[in-house]
Amino acid sequence: MKGSRKGWDDRLFDIINYSFLTVVLLVTLYPFLNVLAISLNESTDTVRGGITIFPREFTLTNYQTIFEYDNLITGFINSTLRTVIGTVLGVVSSAMVAFTLSRADFQGRKAFSTVLVLTLYFSGGLIPGYMLMRDLQLIDTFWVYVLPGMVNAFNIIIVRSFMDGLPFALQESAKMDGANDFAIFWRIILPLCTPVLATIALFIAVGQWNSWFDTYLYNSSNPSLTTLQFELMKILQNTTMGATDANAFRDAQGQEAASSVSPESIKMAISMVTIIPILLVYPFLQRFFVQGMTLGAVKS
Amino acid sequence: MESVEKKAHTKINRSAKTQHRFFKTMKQQKYLYAMSVPFVLWVIVFNYVPLWGWTMAFQDFKPARSFMEQEWVGLANFAALFQDERFYLVLRNTLAMSIMGLAIGFVVPIIFAVFLNEVRVQTFKRTVQTISYLPHFVSWVVVAGIVTKMLSTDGGIVNEMLMAAGFVNDPVQFMTKGEWFWMIVTLSDLWKEMGWNSIIFLAAMAGVDPQQYEAAKVDGASRLRQIWHITLPGIRPTILVVLILSIGHLITIGFEKQFLLGNPIVVDYAEVLDLYALNYGIGLGRFSYGTAIGIFNSLVSIVLLFLANGIFKRYTNQSVM
Repeated sequence: MKGSRKGWDDRLFDIINYSFLTVVLLVTLYPFLNVLAISLNESTDTVRGGITIFPREFTLTNYQTIFEYDNLITGFINSTLRTVIGTVLGVVSSAMVAFTLSRADFQGRKAFSTVLVLTLYFSGGLIPGYMLMRDLQLIDTFWVYVLPGMVNAFNIIIVRSFMDGLPFALQESAKMDGANDFAIFWRIILPLCTPVLATIALFIAVGQWNSWFDTYLYNSSNPSLTTLQFELMKILQNTTMGATDANAFRDAQGQEAASSVSPESIKMAISMVTIIPILLVYPFLQRFFVQGMTLGAVKS
Repeated sequence: MESVEKKAHTKINRSAKTQHRFFKTMKQQKYLYAMSVPFVLWVIVFNYVPLWGWTMAFQDFKPARSFMEQEWVGLANFAALFQDERFYLVLRNTLAMSIMGLAIGFVVPIIFAVFLNEVRVQTFKRTVQTISYLPHFVSWVVVAGIVTKMLSTDGGIVNEMLMAAGFVNDPVQFMTKGEWFWMIVTLSDLWKEMGWNSIIFLAAMAGVDPQQYEAAKVDGASRLRQIWHITLPGIRPTILVVLILSIGHLITIGFEKQFLLGNPIVVDYAEVLDLYALNYGIGLGRFSYGTAIGIFNSLVSIVLLFLANGIFKRYTNQSVM
């Protein structure tokens, strides 16, 4: 293992390896830094081009401008609401179901887990799903964001395999003290499951925060139900071809304010607003989700 | 006679007894039932009831009519589907992008994991890992915006670098060239998911017995040989399981990337089955036709999954399903 005993081919391997990984690192990071730099750069200056990873003329005007845009505020509120509500509902329901399925003595265990696991392999498809939402009268409501995906088999499997690893003796002694199954779940099992619950909370929250298609499909005609990603999508779609002449934002906002800020800067600022909340949480949860992914993958 | 009657009687008695016991346990486990039944019903409503919607594919479905009033048309929607030239174009796009995605999106994370596994400087390893997971958490909307920006003709870094290196004189209009679209989608997906998809392989590598490496070192095996003879065989089961599952999902590649990265100029390369179903089914209100497309999609993926699983079983005597 000593460095001095390394052969030349070992060194060569290390050089290639570290270079390769450094390139990966740069390719991953550069776009984010570029977006950040542009979002913080003065808009008319950005049009001149050449911004890489540092802003040339620092300003917060771009951010100020986007937060004057009503739809974006509504979108931000709705995205936050769906993330919070969706995560709470998802975590609580997954934990409860997982607890019952981790109990070897539970009669419904086999049948219920089959019903759940099968959903990983099929889906009714876009149109039957749409018709169901229509029949349940969920279209044009906030609830279409949080209810359909609330119970998710993948999350249940992850939580369940974590619970399977807890000693059953804990439950037995509580039972002797006269605790019922719900009390056991709530007071004993749930507190022990914090790491795995943090993992699925992250998965659900990110999924909710990043969704745009349900807004597009079900609620696009109702501006009061818009989401942040959907607003960003609309602006980006108008400029997919890389042209700078798209004025989606300008049109939506009226000429005056927009004349000072180009759509390019607006896009980058909104992108940052959607990325930052994720950046703030995920590094702290990394240990947990790596564990969770591994557990889930092994089991499923 | 009597004994037969008696037997029948005890049989009934016994089944009554097991029934009785079943209900008794059910009563004891009432909390467990209360904590699971509502959610199982939930899943049945949101995941199984849509399957009932598949009947639409065999009808001339009109939303205003009740189920009993719908007109049944047999396989007419499927016949129309197979006669539509556009369908074959869309199928080609779907298969092309899913096969490219499988080939590149499956192999590169393994290579990445192998390289990462050889890093001895732990802080560097952790930094690369943390950063490589980041794009997975960013929405496709943002990623599509980033990709468009990086490939843009005015100041996009890819074009800048190509021009600086002298490969091209004028910036390439990547986003308006149909023949580039499949590659752009595949590489964007790779950029987004490579780190994330390597997690499971890295975890599998952590489980390889370190003594094997020690023994190989004593025998003077080079790093590449160690990778080839110890690391890769060590994670073989994981590789196979991931491969089978990816084959099962081959045709259900989704449509987000194609929707967000596509534009009217490249639509002949960007339209995939789901988008086709969306455009016809919801855009044009042809619900029955759209459902038929969805069913075709599901059937192909189920067949692929069973096929892959069958081959897997034959060679390893294991099954992933």
